[in-house]
Amino acid sequence: MKAAHKLLDAVRPHFEEGGKLSKFWVVFDSLETFAFTPGHATKNGVHIRDGVDLKRTMFMVILALVPALLFGTWNQGHQYLLSIGEITVADPLMMAFMDKMFIGAVKVLPLVVVSYGVGLGIEFLFAGMRGHSINEGYLVSGMLIPLIMPVDVPLWMVALAVAFAVIIAKEVFGGTGMNILNVALTARAFLFFAYPKQLSGEIWIHQVKASAEAGVLADGYTGATALGHLASTVGKAPNDAAAAGVMDMFGADGMFSLTNSFLGLIPGSVGETSALAILLGAALLIWTGIGSWKIMSSFLAGGLVMGLLFNLMGLNAYMTLPPVHQVVMGGFMFGMVFMATDPVSASQTERGKWIYGFFGGFLSIMIRVFNPAYPEGVMMAILFMNVMAPLIDHYVIQANTGKREKRMLSSQGATA
Amino acid sequence: MDLEKRFRGFAVGMLEKIEEFYHERVHAMRPRPNFAPRKVNLRELMSRTIRIKKGADIRLKGRPSRQVEAGSATATYAVQPPNYLGIVPKLEVKEGAAVQAGSILFHSKEHPSVKFLSPVSGTVSRVLRGEKRRILSVVIDADGKGESRTFEKINLATCDAQRMKEAMAERGFFPFVEQRPFATVANPEIHPRSIHVSGFDSAPLAPDMELVLAGREEAFQFGIKALQCLVGNDAIQVGIQPGQSTFDGIEGVETTIFDGPHPSGNVGVQIHHTTPINKGETVWTMHAEDVANLGETLQTGTYCAKRTISVAGSEHASPKHMTTTLGCEVQSLTGDPIDEESVRIISGNPLTGARTEASGHLGGLHHQICLLPEGNKPKFLLADGWLGLGLDKFSLSKSYPTWLLPKTKEFAMDTCNNGEERAFVVTGQYEPVFPFDIYPVQLLKSILANDIDAMEKLGIYEVAPEDFALCEYACTSKIAVQSIVREGLDRLMKELG
Repeated sequence: MKAAHKLLDAVRPHFEEGGKLSKFWVVFDSLETFAFTPGHATKNGVHIRDGVDLKRTMFMVILALVPALLFGTWNQGHQYLLSIGEITVADPLMMAFMDKMFIGAVKVLPLVVVSYGVGLGIEFLFAGMRGHSINEGYLVSGMLIPLIMPVDVPLWMVALAVAFAVIIAKEVFGGTGMNILNVALTARAFLFFAYPKQLSGEIWIHQVKASAEAGVLADGYTGATALGHLASTVGKAPNDAAAAGVMDMFGADGMFSLTNSFLGLIPGSVGETSALAILLGAALLIWTGIGSWKIMSSFLAGGLVMGLLFNLMGLNAYMTLPPVHQVVMGGFMFGMVFMATDPVSASQTERGKWIYGFFGGFLSIMIRVFNPAYPEGVMMAILFMNVMAPLIDHYVIQANTGKREKRMLSSQGATA
Repeated sequence: MDLEKRFRGFAVGMLEKIEEFYHERVHAMRPRPNFAPRKVNLRELMSRTIRIKKGADIRLKGRPSRQVEAGSATATYAVQPPNYLGIVPKLEVKEGAAVQAGSILFHSKEHPSVKFLSPVSGTVSRVLRGEKRRILSVVIDADGKGESRTFEKINLATCDAQRMKEAMAERGFFPFVEQRPFATVANPEIHPRSIHVSGFDSAPLAPDMELVLAGREEAFQFGIKALQCLVGNDAIQVGIQPGQSTFDGIEGVETTIFDGPHPSGNVGVQIHHTTPINKGETVWTMHAEDVANLGETLQTGTYCAKRTISVAGSEHASPKHMTTTLGCEVQSLTGDPIDEESVRIISGNPLTGARTEASGHLGGLHHQICLLPEGNKPKFLLADGWLGLGLDKFSLSKSYPTWLLPKTKEFAMDTCNNGEERAFVVTGQYEPVFPFDIYPVQLLKSILANDIDAMEKLGIYEVAPEDFALCEYACTSKIAVQSIVREGLDRLMKELG
């Protein structure tokens, strides 16, 4: 590796100030520090530093996303083949494995490429303008964004959403570490509000519209997501016939059964369907201490509590769904593990994390059921809690400073 | 916790009252010459154990053995003003002047009673200056005669606080007294609420206090009594480790046992868990060895500037303890010549110490010399870089598998930054190594935002940069935490005048 580093040393002068390529210093610097941890020794302060840095931390999160990404890729192929009747629900899952992976990859890879291409491009631009090195924050955001997109979303929309999120949600606040809202969710929210029609349409399964037009769509296949179906029951009595038909799909033999929802064999955004794959990632995040187990567990508790409350109310069929079924559907799990735990936009105090997580989960289910126009309640809930997080922290810290003040006053009282 | 403390305080108070009552009334009413009431040290019986759960012991290779070796006398000794925070030196000697051990070299411009004495006899050979003619070091060529200025012996029985302050000032001991808030050399004009001494050093590669104070119990006791003259009874606190017997026979101190990893030996942590500092209060802290030096100086009348330090680190052939004199040459301690390109010499501990050279001198408040491998070579990502498995990397983050290795394994850590500085991203990382009821990140941010009011509220009066050393070590974003805290303390001190 010495030779490689010698090569870098040799070309470095071109990128340094006064060199021909000095405009591309950021690119050179980020590539060099990617390949080699710089031989910067500590100066003042501590002489020894922990081995962990932001690159490794972010890489761990990406590693945690891999199961969801791989499963999502497979599942998009699986859903496509199901939609055109090539396979049936009864077929073994491993059937046509490579076909499914291939179909999925053809759709998912471009999403990833566009997300990274546009996002990193903007990051490099801003880093160059501001004269600082590239922060690693977007490495994770860039992987999260494709995973929360519907598979057939037009790529230009993804590019637009990424650009909006990176510039408006992050760079205007000062870049990585300074943002108030979660960057990936901002991208998703942008699409949701800017292109509501396209997003609620037929882009959840690859080519579902074309298949329908060509008449190859399997019987009874609509291409709607679980939450889309459920939203249609709101406003109807629990014993309504149409609602009962929908609820059948969530029964033990239905398409959206608890098992299918947990395993993720249902239509939905690329990476969000499989609770199992997401929980594998969660295990890594908790194991390495990078994702806050406090946020995850309180988020889950919040969702279950709200689900239980809905069960008790039971005003419509949606509310009667078991809480466990609620939390394995839609983006709940993905949001819980990868979005709510974003340390920058979450609550920063340990006590605050409990509150933040609980209300995040609570609101996710509440929004989802109360407002069928927003089937993806988890996105709204987390963004809302992002905004509330500083307030939560404020009160948690005030409790601490208040204690100190009280102590001071009592000691003054004692000496007076 | 609070309730427990209050209850304990109440219980001790009650027991003392009963004892007092017994002595005064019962015993006096029924005089029995042969019966002396058994003297029970109630405080000792009730000695609290405080469990420190937060913190971490960085398991560095090259811990000092229990062997104590006498360091050789060196050609030069130095007193370095930058070691003493908050001091602007005013020289009292010129280059070429002859000095004895205990002669005044310079004093603090702001508080002239803070005097800095020469540790040895000889001649002042150089006054090293840095930018803006700031004095960096006053170097003395030792003549080896060991002549010492003699001071008047102090009778502690008749000594009052003012007299003791003057005696300490004259004997040059104020530089060794640190005050909180602000973590600077103590301002002699402010009377301290209490004096705190940490009975053990929990920092990586630290010296063993038992060896440091071995044979100096009498001097230490004398020093404690002297400090008692200054702050009164019941105002001196010593924090010890479980099972530590160094201070068993010492009278006049309240001992508290601190059970836990570093920084449980930091005096700031000990103060916080026993008698936290409120706004408007000032406490003094001293190193136990300096208390012994003070005692010996007062007792014998000659200036005592002994140091028993640990000379350690993975780059040292035989890490051990050494006895020497304040400000001695570093190379007399490190032994064999050192390739300073690849080895870093640290005066002080690896978390808070200062970089020095073999030709440099031991820092005035330092009790360690550490030799660590210099980390100035690039690390390839898959080998020893950020993506490597890193079985040889000690890390508080569980993203390295080293936390699964046996707790006895020690690591040879180099001085590489292991990454570049970034904005605050990861949260919940400082709190597990910061045993204060204070929000560390929020305090740092209030300092960065220059919000004096918030700094006060968040508890800046209780902390010193050294208390944040582990936060800085653990920081994923490689933020210079200690220097931010220092900056905040300096700014606050200026603001308050």
